[in-house]
Amino acid sequence: MRNLWILIHKYNAFFLFILFFGFSCYLVVKNNTFQRASAVNSSNELVGNAYSWINNWKSYLHLSESNARLAEENAALREQLQRFTDPDSVIRATVTDTVAKVRYHYIVARVTNNSIHQKNNYITIDKGRKHGIRKGMGVIAAKGIVGIVLNVSDNFATIQSLLHSESRISASLEDSRAFGSLVWGDNFDSRYASLRDIPNHIKVREGEHVYTSGYSLFPPGVLIGKVASAGTSGGDSFIDISVELSTPFYNLLEVYVVDDLLAEEKEALEALTDDNG
Amino acid sequence: MAKLLIYNLIRFVVLVALQVFLFKNIGYYNLATPFPYILFILLLPVGISNFLLYLIAFSTGLVVDTFYDTLGVNAAAAVALAWGRIIFLRISLQTDNYENFVTPTWGTVPFRWYFLYVLVLSLFHHSILFLLETFTFHQFHYTFIRIFLSCIFTVIVILLLSLLFYKKKQR
Repeated sequence: MRNLWILIHKYNAFFLFILFFGFSCYLVVKNNTFQRASAVNSSNELVGNAYSWINNWKSYLHLSESNARLAEENAALREQLQRFTDPDSVIRATVTDTVAKVRYHYIVARVTNNSIHQKNNYITIDKGRKHGIRKGMGVIAAKGIVGIVLNVSDNFATIQSLLHSESRISASLEDSRAFGSLVWGDNFDSRYASLRDIPNHIKVREGEHVYTSGYSLFPPGVLIGKVASAGTSGGDSFIDISVELSTPFYNLLEVYVVDDLLAEEKEALEALTDDNG
Repeated sequence: MAKLLIYNLIRFVVLVALQVFLFKNIGYYNLATPFPYILFILLLPVGISNFLLYLIAFSTGLVVDTFYDTLGVNAAAAVALAWGRIIFLRISLQTDNYENFVTPTWGTVPFRWYFLYVLVLSLFHHSILFLLETFTFHQFHYTFIRIFLSCIFTVIVILLLSLLFYKKKQR
């Protein structure tokens, strides 16, 4: 014990340094939000990197699952296609619909990078300017919507995921057709988002489907998810609706970028209204 | 002895005031920001006891921190500076050559020693300060440039301040 005291006294400069420096660092981490957040998150960053590395390899293991999903979607599309082709092989008439021209064009892309654990999540896909992708296009997946194209390079594009604090998508309810805006906002769970601005007098059923309204970049009627819970907020004139998203963000493999061929025309027309207002 | 105390008090008030009111607003973008208040810690008497030195350094850092709204960052850097100072003095000075309570200013010690003292210790201080402030090794080159440029800025300011109070006759 005595020797220990002698040691501490001999190297008191170092031990006092440890003492004071440790206390200062404690103050830093405890009182400064940035340092506190990153002290907790620096481990997260490591884990996240490891996960993305593992995911790269795991995508091979998911190939069969992904194939099955694509086949299923093919079957569904084929079924829809039957409605447009005449089943009677004798007559063989072609139906050309001259009223509605094709408005939406889809570009298939693979997800090369994805995150769901951040406050603001971004997705990278392997198609870019070369393939006709432009900033501001909507992105959907087989089972729901994904986000909006944020930046485009020649061969890649980044998508502002729906799981982003700034994302806001126009959505409507199945039964009442009432529309509001879908935001992820303060959620932390990648499976849920909330639907805002639905007035109080609308009846909302749990399990009711939520579709895109067609007012924004997405084609109308794309499934977003279903209502998980609808709470009446006291005093407020809007309902709080929690929506269970149908998009599996945690294992997103392929997405479709929506090219709205009439987008420019629509925007130009709407810009006129803004000028007057 | 009382004179020493008063000199150090005045130095503390003036340097900290300069730091938080003047030098806080001076900088080259946020690449070079000077912290000449460390001159106060550098100029504490040579023979000061370790504990007192740490205590003074810690409180000085804390005072600067309250003005900078970065509780603990400057305190930690100042404590690190105090440790660096103890090591530097132990290596470079035979303490019996100097009187126990001499203030290591330009006038009392050779310029080459003084310059090295200021340069090495402010580099040490700034490294700790900026690393704690960014709190990550991500984009390390950016932090490194900040440390380097700020250090140059601080050393120049400190040398200019020392020149203002340079007294040849003390030598």
